[in-house]
Amino acid sequence: MALLTFDTAHKPRQSYASMAILLAVMLVFPFVASQFGNSWVRIIDMALLYIMLALGLNIVVGFAGLLDLGYIAFFAVGAYLTGLLASPQFAALLESVVNYSPAMGDALVALFGESIRTEGIHLSVWFIVPLAGLVAALFGALLGAPTLKLRGDYLAIVTLGFGEIIRIFMNNLNDPINFTNGPQGINLIDPIRIFGVSLAGEAGSKATVFIGGFGMPSVNAYYFLFLLLCIVTIFMTSRLQHSRLGRAWVAIREDEIAAKAMGINTRNVKLLAFSMGASFGGVAGAMFAAFQGFVSPESFSLTESIAVLAMVVLGGIGHIPGVVMGGVLLAALPEVLRHVVEPVQQSLFGKVLIEAEVLRQLLYGLAMVLIMLNRPAGLWPSPIKEDRPVAATDKEEKEESAVV
Amino acid sequence: MDTFIQQILNGLVLGSMYALVALGYTMVYGVLNLINFAHGDVLMIGAMVGLSILRMLDSTFPGLPGGVQLAIAILGAIPVAMLVNILIERVAYRRLRNAPRLAPLITAIGVSILLQTFVMAMPFWGRSPLPFPQLLSSDPIMVGGAVISQTQVLLLVLAALAMLLLVFLVEKTKMGRAMRAVAENPRVAGLMGVDSNRVIVSTFAIGAALAAVAGVMWGANYASIQFAMGTLPGMKAFSAAVLGGIGNIYGAMIGGIVLGIIESLGAGYIGDLTGGFLGSHYQDIFAFVVLILVLTVRPSGIMGERVADRA
Repeated sequence: MALLTFDTAHKPRQSYASMAILLAVMLVFPFVASQFGNSWVRIIDMALLYIMLALGLNIVVGFAGLLDLGYIAFFAVGAYLTGLLASPQFAALLESVVNYSPAMGDALVALFGESIRTEGIHLSVWFIVPLAGLVAALFGALLGAPTLKLRGDYLAIVTLGFGEIIRIFMNNLNDPINFTNGPQGINLIDPIRIFGVSLAGEAGSKATVFIGGFGMPSVNAYYFLFLLLCIVTIFMTSRLQHSRLGRAWVAIREDEIAAKAMGINTRNVKLLAFSMGASFGGVAGAMFAAFQGFVSPESFSLTESIAVLAMVVLGGIGHIPGVVMGGVLLAALPEVLRHVVEPVQQSLFGKVLIEAEVLRQLLYGLAMVLIMLNRPAGLWPSPIKEDRPVAATDKEEKEESAVV
Repeated sequence: MDTFIQQILNGLVLGSMYALVALGYTMVYGVLNLINFAHGDVLMIGAMVGLSILRMLDSTFPGLPGGVQLAIAILGAIPVAMLVNILIERVAYRRLRNAPRLAPLITAIGVSILLQTFVMAMPFWGRSPLPFPQLLSSDPIMVGGAVISQTQVLLLVLAALAMLLLVFLVEKTKMGRAMRAVAENPRVAGLMGVDSNRVIVSTFAIGAALAAVAGVMWGANYASIQFAMGTLPGMKAFSAAVLGGIGNIYGAMIGGIVLGIIESLGAGYIGDLTGGFLGSHYQDIFAFVVLILVLTVRPSGIMGERVADRA
């Protein structure tokens, strides 16, 4: 880490140089990687989405110190929203509405026009991304409101329950009104289309995207989009961190009562943490849906929430470069292992002894246990002067009596 | 009316399992102020070990009566679960006793994943659901207009016995007094000569024993177990502990049974209540709705021992 630094306040030249180098590497990367097969770029595409998620969760867990174990629910909200508004699914929804209450169905048809009966709604990405962010933020506030008074372990359990509730609804909201298509999930989601260029490639182009006269594989096009979004997310979260609001979050994390005494409106500030964190999850979810073309409840299990948390914990709770690194490590490493370990075992023992899925879980579990025991501030913790990392001790707190 | 009795019976069965698991949460919370997130997975380990013992019995002593087999399975699962839980305490929590609150919580989640991964990776357990043998006769017993299986009757009896034993242990023995003392104030208990580490270890062991009983009976009742089976019952049992008043063992018992009954009544009647819009597959949301309601309206729970939002 000594070579790269992102401490713009204290070492501006060095950190801008590191950023420039990193950006150059990131820009060239897909062209090199795709020589070895598009699946490698695909892995990094997913890793970028996970980084966005981890950065969003970092707002809630890292800055504000509120342990959210249901974060994947917001990812799910964004993904399902995209599924509903950019696929034929709305036609199925409409059909079930007409069966349930014809008047409501007629109203919907009158509102959106006759064509949704057969084709559903196909909104452009320019509407879907802000909408996904907004709706996820709304859900974030929805989760935040009843849990404002809770802290620590209770909050963790309630958010975990919230994630489960969302998953139960995804699985079952196909009857009587078919919102989510149940366990089968939503299919045929539109790929992203920017200025008339479809990032999945036009029909018959073998998934090659042409911009001007320049062609590249579809996964590369998505890579650049996700990279851009990641950079925007990093920029926004780092500006947030150093804003008045960011300082208020840290104050609440360190001592809620003292923060309140200093005149911070803890209710609003906490709600903002939940909804801002959630909005990044929602946007990432929308991207995920369009990228995969398919969403189902399976992608949004508790394991995924924990995976994102593990990324934040591994990298360094509250430290943006650390979180990004945690995301890269934990999202890409298991996939790389999947490509490497299984074939190696196959050739050594003639069969797969340890499945890649097991290894992935093992990594997540070990990351959380070992890091918390040995380096509670993460692999790449924030410099002490920035703001106190969570490792700051509050030994006596346990003995203190109830805190309201 | 028959449906009503049936749902109450189902609720009692479900609730007594929740109560057994909730006791483990509540006792650990009592002495350490910590949620043992991996407790649901201790239940899972109990069920898995029980299943392996049953398989071994089946190959070495075929023809043993089902009740005896089940008893051996439970008695075998208890020490393993105890060992696992003690190990969890030693590895994940002991060093973090004075760390900030987030730390033990995150290691607990990590340990929970590691336990599941361990079971997943074992060739004799694996990832897919495993069938749990039916050991007791499947002839149902009629109660009023409702039915209850012999396994479920056994479950109710075992749960009641285990809870009585626990009450005796906590109220009448020296170890129980030490536990109550540590729960009241660890520092003063230490000054009075209580070895708090020993108390904490035995608390984890007792919780694990109860979870193991619940785990084996869960398998016997639902006839199928899986590596992830502990997560949901664990969360619900925690909700039950909060509902009863966390830190209070009677609260955990009452909370478990009340939550079981709420769940099964809810699953039975939600269809009628919402005009068919929501069906019985929403059963799992009740526990969380109850949890959120209790925490916002009456954080001290039914028995009201502690204030739940001390974080």
